[in-house]
Amino acid sequence: MIDWGWLAGHLDAIAYRTWQHVYLAALGVGIGFAISFVLALVAARYRILYPPISALAGILFTIPSLALFAALISITGFSVVTAEVPLVLYTLVILVRNIVAGLDAVPVDVVEAADGMGHSRRQRLWRVELPLALPLIVAGLRLATVSTIGLVTITGTISDAYGGLGYFILDGYHRGNFLTEMYAGAVPSILLALVADLLFVRAQRRVTPWARARATEAAA
Amino acid sequence: MNLVTETAAWLTNPAQWAGQSGIPNRLLEHVLIASISLGIALLLALPAGLAIGHTGRGAAVAAGVANLGRSLPSLAVIAIAIPVTVLVDPVLGGTVLPTLVAMVVLAIPPILVNAYTGIAEVDRDLVEAGRGMGMREREILAGIELPVALPVVLGGVRSAAVQIVATATLGAIFGSGGLGRFLVDGIAQNDDGQVFGGVVLVAGLAIATEVAVGLLERLARSPGLRAPGARPATELAPPSPLRGA
Amino acid sequence: MPDQAARGAAIVEYQHVSKSYATARAARGAPGAVNDLSLTVPAGKICVLVGPSGCGKTTSLKMVNRLIEPTSGRILIDGADIAGRDATELRREIGYVIQQVGLFPHQTIGANVAVVPRLLGWPAARQRERAEELLALVGLDPALYRDRYPAQLSGGERQRVGVARALAADPPLMLMDEPFGAVDPIVRERLQNEFLRLQAELAKTILFVTHDIDEAIKMGDLVAVMQVGGHLEQFAPPAEILAAPASEFVADFVGADRGLKRLSLTRVSELALHPVVTARVGDPAEGARARTLADPFPYLLLLDASDRPIGWISQGHIPATGALAASLATPMSPLLDRRTTLKDALSMMLDADVQTGIVVDRTGRLRGVLTVEAIAAALRPSADPEVIASATAAGGASAAPQSGADA
Repeated sequence: MIDWGWLAGHLDAIAYRTWQHVYLAALGVGIGFAISFVLALVAARYRILYPPISALAGILFTIPSLALFAALISITGFSVVTAEVPLVLYTLVILVRNIVAGLDAVPVDVVEAADGMGHSRRQRLWRVELPLALPLIVAGLRLATVSTIGLVTITGTISDAYGGLGYFILDGYHRGNFLTEMYAGAVPSILLALVADLLFVRAQRRVTPWARARATEAAA
Repeated sequence: MNLVTETAAWLTNPAQWAGQSGIPNRLLEHVLIASISLGIALLLALPAGLAIGHTGRGAAVAAGVANLGRSLPSLAVIAIAIPVTVLVDPVLGGTVLPTLVAMVVLAIPPILVNAYTGIAEVDRDLVEAGRGMGMREREILAGIELPVALPVVLGGVRSAAVQIVATATLGAIFGSGGLGRFLVDGIAQNDDGQVFGGVVLVAGLAIATEVAVGLLERLARSPGLRAPGARPATELAPPSPLRGA
Repeated sequence: MPDQAARGAAIVEYQHVSKSYATARAARGAPGAVNDLSLTVPAGKICVLVGPSGCGKTTSLKMVNRLIEPTSGRILIDGADIAGRDATELRREIGYVIQQVGLFPHQTIGANVAVVPRLLGWPAARQRERAEELLALVGLDPALYRDRYPAQLSGGERQRVGVARALAADPPLMLMDEPFGAVDPIVRERLQNEFLRLQAELAKTILFVTHDIDEAIKMGDLVAVMQVGGHLEQFAPPAEILAAPASEFVADFVGADRGLKRLSLTRVSELALHPVVTARVGDPAEGARARTLADPFPYLLLLDASDRPIGWISQGHIPATGALAASLATPMSPLLDRRTTLKDALSMMLDADVQTGIVVDRTGRLRGVLTVEAIAAALRPSADPEVIASATAAGGASAAPQSGADA
């Protein structure tokens, strides 16, 4: 069922597509995080802005990625921008909500104590609120990264120049369900997502040493 | 401007409203694919989620399953599923069935996570009061935990339904029906009107789904429970990242 | 389900009951262990389990409705070992009130009160009727509250609903776990008083858990003081706990002010009242003046036609002739009810800066006068509550018949 010869002959291509996959995903999450961080801080500061931002993000989520890629072709052509804009937009949906939720989850008494000890607004944000919001922020990044890795496969519908590992899935299908090639795209893309997920689990533990301390105490 | 008129022209063209590849039929196909996969996901994930939430046992397994499910790219799941589904049905197995499989995989995590965290987050005092008054475990689950957690549980269902409606379009790449056809064919034919018409239809269906489940939630929610606040974290990520890990 | 007639109050017996936890669970947050607890709660009495957190009082309570199973020992209700009962059926026959009340937020107040009747399969009409009856019993107008939801109620109202819910199936036994712990002190005080009044009518057997010794003394017919580790230190009526603490721990736990605490245990009706010279409005002044001058207490208490006190007239101000007018009387000492505790009575007298309090009955008629001296006598460390009355009667200046006799 699997054409090992094809696989052996295409190791270079698989490596290249894997690298491209990681690159497209990292770029999307990176840009998305930078934008959502600013948006979330603004939304947390000016609460009135949050409902419209959140609603807009919700509507964005209902637009199929396939459609967004297709729609952008007619505006930005077959460029990397066409691939990245939807990726970035989808990460915004997840990240803005999670960063705001993270800031919201900071206990009121902690905020009050910080104020009481004379933190300035900026100091309170960076030294108290953001560290405590970190678990939810990292959880958002984890989800955004994993879903972006999935979305990268669909960038292949823009042109063969993109798609990361998704290229093999689409190309294999167009060759008449050439399973070897489809699996050469599907399996590594799944592995990539799982590896990213595991890395973020690690990161989540690392950024919350206090939670680990609590967990071990509870287990004792 | 051109795009808007093109889209409007495509949507209002009577030719699009009839026949096998007409809008009504594609819409019906899409709704069918979405409902069937949502139904299967509900059957699989809801009882499991409720049981885990009530007993507190298996939460780690559920979190693992949910994270795994979320990690799987739908396109990859469709590709992986094809060789298996063609064994089930040589025709449908190459088109609709793999899409259904991917949509079930997509829908399980939010339903499962929201069901078990929703139940688990129900005030333990309520459960204790119920048990202390002589309610049996099943009565506690059905009579206290589920009604109180309903907004959260249905939040997961809503999230799953909306994601399915949007993502089921991918199936069209593999020859499945549904609204995704307009996107795939529009791209192939370089027909912007058709692509955007398809976008409008899918987004409209997704929003209608969101509103419908929201309405159901409001109808089913007891007036004694306040409207749930925005719960972005529970719908998109496990509410407690620590637990989720 | 036993019928209404078989109800009444139950007897609860702990026989060498222990509950131990594996070391891992004994860590913070785990419920307290219980060590060889034996005690009997007589029918119709309130037995308060009191002690610091982790002393096993809540564990002891929850073993009665089998939310927690003992490691060893037996618990008997009316002589029958509960271990042989189906846990859920047992629980439906035991009222249960917890601190956070645990009202079901998705159900109306009426439905919440009728939870157990519904579990027992009562017909809907009878459930509704019972819910309304109980709401009225705990002082909530059924018409107003029946269709509301818990979120619309204040903390105190929720606690009342919690009590009504526990009473729904007319259980012979009620378990109350810090039932008034979640409300502010003023509301708590009112709820305690209301509950005591209710209990005077219902005479249920009640196991009541609190960490507050004052509440224990106030609510309990019997108080069980428990020590961390689940040891029962003393099991006795509150007066005995205060007068004769069985151990240093109990003495510490009841506090250095236990003498003062005893004031809140004793009611005005238990003390001998001081008789005073009285006259009614319109009485001839002459006779009244003579009687006042003959009495060591230099004041005349003026009453209205129904024997309700109006105020004091000092002997120098009593006119030699004519009739006594209400305008002669100067403002009053505080009016005390016979059910007022000595603690409250003393506080009212200190507030009014007077040495005497006037005790009246339910209709406001004079019963006698309470003096600070009489309260001081009750404070004497050696004073046994039962002896106080006779001691003050003997020490009282005049041997006139006391008006404090129980009606």
